[in-house]
Order: sequence, then structure tokens, then C-alpha cells
Amino acid sequence: MEFLSYLVSGVSLGSVYAIIALGYTMVYGIAKMLNFAHGDVIMVGGYISLLSMTSLGLPWWLAVILAMVVCTVLGVVIEGLAYKPLRNAPSLAVLITAIGVSYFLQNSALLIWGASPKAYTPIIAGSVKLFEGQLSISYVSILTVVMCILIMIALTLFTGKTRMGKAMRACSEDKAAAQLMGINVNRTISMTFAIGSALAAIAGVLLCSSYTSLMPTTGSMPGIKAFTAAVFGGIGSIPGALLGGVLLGIIESLAKAYISTQLANSIVFAVLIITLLVRPAGLLGKYVPEKV
Amino acid sequence: MNIKTRKPKKTTVIDFATYIGVILVFIVMNTLKNQGMLTRSLTGQLIPICCYIVMAVSLNLTVGILGELSLGHAGFMSVGAFSGVVAAMSLQGAIPSEPLRLAIALVVGAVFAAIAGTLVGIPVLRLRGDYLAIVTLAFGEIIKELINCLIIGVDETGLHMVFNVTGSKSVNDLGLSEAGRVLIKGAQGATGTQTISTFTAGFILIMISLVVILNLVRSRSGRAIMALRDNRIAAESVGINITKYKMMAFVTSAALAGAAGALYGLNYSNLVATKFDFNTSILVLVFVVLGGLGNIWGSIIAATVLTILPEALRGFDDYRMLIYAVVLILVMLATNNPQMKSLFAKLIPVRKGDKVNGQD
Amino acid sequence: MKKVISLVMVMALVMCLMAGCGSNTESATTATEAPADTETAADTETEAPAEGGSFYIGGIGPITGDNAIYGLAVMNGAQIAVDEINAAGGINGYTVEYKFEDDVADGETAVNAYNNLMDWGMQVLVGPTTTGSAISVSAKVYEERVFALTPSASSPDVTAGKDNMFQLCFTDPNQGSGSAVYMGANMPEAKVAVIYRNDDAYSQGIRDTFVAEAANQNLEVVYEGTFTEDTATDFSVQLTAAQAAGADTVFLPIYYQPASVIMAQANAMGYAPTFFGVDGMDGILTLDGFDTSLAEGVMVLTPFSATAEDELTQNFVAEYNERYGETPNQFAADGYDCVYAIKQAMENAGCTPDMSAEEICDAMVEQFTSMSFSGLTGTDMTWSTAGEVSKMPVAVVIENGVYVTAE
Repeated sequence: MEFLSYLVSGVSLGSVYAIIALGYTMVYGIAKMLNFAHGDVIMVGGYISLLSMTSLGLPWWLAVILAMVVCTVLGVVIEGLAYKPLRNAPSLAVLITAIGVSYFLQNSALLIWGASPKAYTPIIAGSVKLFEGQLSISYVSILTVVMCILIMIALTLFTGKTRMGKAMRACSEDKAAAQLMGINVNRTISMTFAIGSALAAIAGVLLCSSYTSLMPTTGSMPGIKAFTAAVFGGIGSIPGALLGGVLLGIIESLAKAYISTQLANSIVFAVLIITLLVRPAGLLGKYVPEKV
Repeated sequence: MNIKTRKPKKTTVIDFATYIGVILVFIVMNTLKNQGMLTRSLTGQLIPICCYIVMAVSLNLTVGILGELSLGHAGFMSVGAFSGVVAAMSLQGAIPSEPLRLAIALVVGAVFAAIAGTLVGIPVLRLRGDYLAIVTLAFGEIIKELINCLIIGVDETGLHMVFNVTGSKSVNDLGLSEAGRVLIKGAQGATGTQTISTFTAGFILIMISLVVILNLVRSRSGRAIMALRDNRIAAESVGINITKYKMMAFVTSAALAGAAGALYGLNYSNLVATKFDFNTSILVLVFVVLGGLGNIWGSIIAATVLTILPEALRGFDDYRMLIYAVVLILVMLATNNPQMKSLFAKLIPVRKGDKVNGQD
Repeated sequence: MKKVISLVMVMALVMCLMAGCGSNTESATTATEAPADTETAADTETEAPAEGGSFYIGGIGPITGDNAIYGLAVMNGAQIAVDEINAAGGINGYTVEYKFEDDVADGETAVNAYNNLMDWGMQVLVGPTTTGSAISVSAKVYEERVFALTPSASSPDVTAGKDNMFQLCFTDPNQGSGSAVYMGANMPEAKVAVIYRNDDAYSQGIRDTFVAEAANQNLEVVYEGTFTEDTATDFSVQLTAAQAAGADTVFLPIYYQPASVIMAQANAMGYAPTFFGVDGMDGILTLDGFDTSLAEGVMVLTPFSATAEDELTQNFVAEYNERYGETPNQFAADGYDCVYAIKQAMENAGCTPDMSAEEICDAMVEQFTSMSFSGLTGTDMTWSTAGEVSKMPVAVVIENGVYVTAE
């Protein structure tokens, strides 16, 4: 029974990672950049939703929508101001800029909302009890898993069926060729950031609902974990992000339970390293041989 | 060879300028320091600046010259720092001379970091691009957690070590004798370290790193390493042993980082493993990128300026790190702005070999 | 090409830097001039704050980054004390200048902050706030003979071997064994689970002494779970394991922020043990948006409670609330007490601002080891020559959202 409950907590933790990883992987797949500021957009989403619920007294669904709107605008603005001028710069320059943006968001949040942690009221409270109360699964976990699968399906359909989605895929394959085909590359990438940031807002709400505390640095560690999850599942692959996130959560949870709570992170990273040695492009990633 | 008749190469001139520049700055700073003309806050930063310069220069070997993005450089610094501290502290009785002990600590730090570098390098260097980056990040985090579990003490019978995996062990499990001393206490890190680092030692370490790296880069091996960076497949096809040269660069880089770590560790009476986290790796990477990939003197200047910058911004209080972030973004935007580039291109003739990591 | 451009940018940065350094040296010179001016002022011995003569008290703590809340609390608490003292005529008739520097809870930055304060002319240090920084700085203050009183760095390593480094808070061993003794006396049958943060010196330090003392108290420690900064998002595994091990008491030697998450997650899974915390737990009731019913029945060993009835506490809490819009936690009270303890010692010793930091240091060491001080966080505190404070911890229990002293 304990095993089941470890598994459940692993899945619910993993689906939080997965939902962040989906945003990471979208942006990476199309813009080919590691957006280190993604975790901090999540933090902003958390704050906006919390404040709109507590200070403005909005219902939770409206708070989520407001957070999505703010994060989308924020994502597009960041992209336009900081990343767009670097479209043709070496990838490392973009990486450092992303780190700069991440510091900027964290420190702005520190100045605006203060350093002290805020307790986050979960958008849904309570839990289901199974097996005569021996196993309990919180509604937030269930919601996270469901949202995760829904978003994954929606994203897969979006990139596969819609015009914009196809444009995104074209950009990810070859920007120059896409441009020749009449695709507005800049607009497509902005759109990607908009979607990625809207997802970050949802992730922020769900992350804060299961981890009921919010600080300016809340987003950074889950951000790195989600990045790991995205690479684990094969960065750029949408189902891969989901798979990577959930597996990462389960491994972390079981490692804590049965091996060592001290080294849980190390075990997660060790599994990642071994996986990458066997499958250098991650679990579901496409291995593209180098052209000569 | 008819060296005499040839004009010195441009690279040679730059290398010598770098050496002479570092020596001059050292002499000036040391004189000012001895005259008491520097503020304390600047004096206190001299040794950390030396450490960060060595870190930046050594990371430049991996990122700029070998062309592989490493996000775990602080891990090697950590290995070097803790092994150096243990070496220096356990030899306290045996070797009374502080400079000698410091030298031994630096060597020990470099050796342990080199071993770690070899262990990490074997699997890591098979990967490429962002995958390699994430695996170095992973190794950095693993090293941090392992050191967090380490409890080491010393008494007359030698070193005692406990590995606290389950979280239930403490200093008492070391079984130290009465005269024993605890050197590393897990999460509390190394406390009560005697601070024996000196600015002169830092200067010597910078000079050694420069000699090692510049000579490596200008040698046959160095050209092989840069060939790998610019076109791996072409390099392989002319018979360059990829693994050998990658490992050569990676392990050298790790060893220098280890020595820098030892110097750093022995400059503070307290050292915790969480200091050497992902953020520190990123900090050093920022030095390298801002100074210019493959550009050694650029790394030196960037490391110096960016170490002093947050301190110089103290007057801005809460806005300090915000300004730092804005400066970082603006510098990256400006240095990569096509108009700025063409403006400078008119002023100074373009040199080849600036573009690194250009291939995707 | 990039090199040239970066060079130009670097130059621009250097400019910034020079500006920064310039202001540093300026403040340093004004600081050195200031004590010189006071010589004449000291001779006149007026009751009113003397012109140009001020004590320079510095503070160090994290005001940005993860631990900013602790540094900010200390800074604000000490600021209130300094303002009160200056309004009431200063120390021995001299005003107090107070400057707080950020260290991001990092040893290296803390030493930089210390050097910066020394350039400013600091005579006495209130800080550093966090343990790691305090150990790094304590080596410097010992070497340079500057008196330091840390409000909240609780490891014994902070004061070990340094005669001029003092603590105002309980030491970790004090808290760990104190908690074990209290549990042994009041909950003899308890099966205890410990959940602590193993990459944090404070948490690990308390855990070590707690477990050692628990063996003497016949307490059964049935489970020990750890977490690190990086895994502080999810505690369900540790809680499930603690529940499975049959623990009815969970000892949390951690800060209140992760503790609030542990309580919320325990509640969500329907596990309701008695939670037992130490001084880092203080602040949980004032955590913005926290459902205090989750903390019902939590026991805390703390020296300060913002709901205490005495006038001193009430005034302080009201003033703090008015200025900073929040209820002060223990760190703020510690910062406040530090300044007043220094004031008392300075008055006893008859210190004047023209004394060097070293002279003040010697006078202060003598006073601190002999005087007794009453403040927000305890009455009749005394200090050992080792620098450790001796004061009574109070066990409080949370009932209906407020602290009630446990018997």
C-alpha cells in the first residue's frame, strides 16, 4: 500500500514537471533555445493568480485566465525585447540573455511582492480516499494529471493540424526554407512564446496548488527539473515531455522512499545520464545524424 | 628552424601581452595593497577574483576552445575546494609552512578534480550540444549532493570518513579520538578552516593556468582540439583521435578548476557544498561568454569586472541584482547587434576565428 | 569582432565600477574623519546628541535571494531600535549610524559586505544573520578585533574559539537537546519522526543534537527523512514513510516555509501527528495566506512570540506593523534586541565614538560576559565567555491561531 502511495505522489509530482516541460519543449523545438526564464514566468503566473484570488477576490477560473493573459503578454514582450534581436546570434549568447531575463524576473518579483513566502490556497482542496482510507489522492494531483494529458493532446493536434502549428513545425525544421515558403518566422516564434507562457501560467497555478508556497525563487528549481525532464523524454518532442516528466517524478519519489532522501536528486540525474548514453536524443527524441 | 627571420605571429603577440598585462596588474595591485591604498572591500576581493579568473580561463578551454557547453564547472571547483581543504587541514601538524601547505592543497585539489573530470568526461563527451550541457549540469548537481553527505575527520591515526546516505549519521559516527578534529560536517561543510590563501598564490595560479592553456592551445594538440570544434567530421576524417583530444581539454579544464577551488576554499573559514551549485557554474559561464569565446584575456577581464560589479553596485541596495541582470542583457544585446558589429568592423579589420559554435 | 565590442562594454562597466569605488572611498574617508571630529565633541560632554559624533553600527544579512526574509527582518528590527535610540538621545549622548549590507546568505559575499562596512567605518557589527556567513565573517572579526553580536546564526561553530563573537539566539545544540528534553518530560511515549533539510547547517545541527539527546530521554526515533533545497517541493514520500513507521510526533527542525508545506501536505493525506518545531518555525502564523487551522496543536520552542502581552513586545509589534506592514518574526526581534544589548553594554562601559573599533571591542567583551540583559526575546540573558547566550526557551503551543504558553 505504501508503494502505491509513493507511486501516486511520484505521478502527481511528475505531472507538474511534465506540464512545465511541455512549455520548455515547445519553445526549444521551434526557437532552438533553452529558455531559462521559463521557470520564472511560472513564478509570475503563480503570483498573478494568487493576488487575483486574494486581493481582487476573483473566482479561481478567472484568476487562472488572468494569469494566462499576463504571462502571455510577458512572454511575448520578453521574446520581442530580449530574444528577437539575437535571432542570428550564437546560441550561447541567447542562453546568457535568458539567464539575465531569469535574474531580472526574480529580482523584480522580490521588489514588487517582497521576499517573504506567501501561502498559496490550492484551487481545489480535498482528496479521494481509496482502500478504506489507506490511499489518498488529492484532487489537485488528479487535476494536474488530467490537465497534463489534455494539454499534450491539444498541443499535438495544434502542431499537427492547424495552419499555425504547421508553420511552427516548418520553422523548427528549417527557418530559412520556411521563410521562403512565405511563413512569417518572427510571428511564428512570438506565437510559440505566447503559447509556452500561457502554459507556464497554468503550470504555475498547478505547481503552487500542490506545493502550497510561493516565493520569488519558487520557479527556478522546478524549471531546471522540467528542463531535465524535457531532455529525458527527448527535447522538442511533445509526448516525450509528458513521459519524461512523469518518469522523473516517479523515479524521484521511489528513490526517496527506498534508497535515500539525501541522494534523490542524484539518482534522478544518474538515470538521466544513463538514458542519454543509451539513447543520445532522449526517450522519444529523434536522432538526427549529422550532415556532412 | 629559422625563427629569427620570421616576424612573431599575431597570436604570440597577444599571448605575451596577456602575460605582461597580468604581471603588471599584479605588481600595481600588490604595491597598492601593501601601501594600504586600496579599500578593504577591494582588497578582500583580490583572492576570489583570482579564483574566478582561473575558473573562467579554464572553462574557456572547454566552451571556447573545445566548443562543448559545460554547465557543471562549479562541480570541479567543489571537488578541488573540499579535497584541498582536507589536505591543508590534515597536514597542519606535519607541515608548519603555510605557503607549502597551500601549494600541496592546490595540487591535491587539481588532482582530485582531474580524477572527477576523467570520470565525468568518459560518458559525457560522447554526447553533443544541449544534451552534453544537461549532463554536465546533472554531474554538477550530483557532486554537490555527494559532498553534502560527506563527513570527514582527522586524528592521529589518519583520516576518518563517513558517508551519510540515509541521513541518520553524524559526526559522532566518525569514531575520532580525543585529539581528533572534524574537517567536513556534511551540510555544515568545512568549518574552522585556517585561511592561508594569499594574493600572490592566486597570481601564481593564474600565471600557471595561462601558461598551461596558452601553450596547449598553440600546440599541435591545441590545433587538433580547435579542429574538432570547427568541424568534427572533417577532423575525424583526417585521423584526429576525437576522444583523446576531447578528454585532454576537458580534464585540463577540470584540474585547473580544482586548483582554483582549493585556493577559494582556503580563503574562507567556512565552505558549504551548496555554494558550488548550478548558479555558480552559470556565473563562470557568463564570464566566458561575455569575455568572448576562446578569448583568454577577455575571460580575465570579464571575470574581474563582473566579480567587482555587484560589490560596486552596493549603493543601489535592493536594486543591485536587478541592475546586474539588466547590464547582462544589454551587454549581450549590444555585442550581438549587427549595426554595432558593422560599426566596429569599419574601425578594426575583421579577424578570422571569432565565430565559435556557429555550426548547429 | 565581438571581442572589440565586448571590450567597449567592459570599459563601460569599468566606468560604472569606478563610480562605485569612488563612492566607496568617499564614504570611507568621511567615516575616518568622523571619529576625528568627535574628539572635541567628546570633551564637551553634552547630554544632547553630539554634533558629528556617531557610533557606526553595521549589519549583514541576506536581503535578496532565497533567504531574504531573514535578513530583511533583522535589518528592519534593528532599524527600529536604532531610530528609537536616536530619538531618545542616542547612546551616551551620541547618535547611532546604522548601515546594513546584503550577503545573499553566501560566505564570500558576507566577507565582502564586512569589508565594505569596515571601509564605511563600522565600529560594532550586528550580524551576520545566517550561520554560514557568520562563520566566514567571524574569522575576520576575530582577526581584526571588531565586536560582533549575531542575532540569529545559531551554530556553535560561529563563536567557537573567538572571544569577541557573541550570539543572541539559542545555539543549535541548545535547541536540539532542549526539544528532546521537553519531549522526554512531556510526551514520554512519543514515537518521533524527524524531517530535516540536510543541506542546511541550521537544520542538520539541530537534528544531530536532538537525535543524540533523544537516546538519553528514551524517545524512540522511528523515522528520519531529509530533503534538500532542490527537493523541497514534495514531502508526501517522507510523510507517508513517517506514517507507516507509526510516528505520532513529527519533529521539524526547519524554517517555517517548508514546514507550512509539510503541514498542508500532511493534512491533504489525512495524517495528523503532533508537529514540534524550533525557533525557525516562528512566523508560520503570520505567513501570508496560510490556513492557521493547519498549525493547530503545533508545539514550538521559541524565545519570542509576537502575541505576547508585555508592553515592550506590543509596542515593537505595533511599530513594525506600521512601518513594514507585517507582523515581526523572531529574527526581527533578535535584530532589535541586538542593538539594545549593544547600547546597554556601551553605556555601561562609557564608550565614545572616538574610540577605535578595537577599544570598543575590548570594552564590549568585558561587558557582555558580565552583564545581564532583558529584551524582547528573553529576560535576564547572560553570556558565557564562549559567546553563547543563556536564556530560557519557552515552549508554546498553537491554539486557535495564537501561541499559548505550554505548561
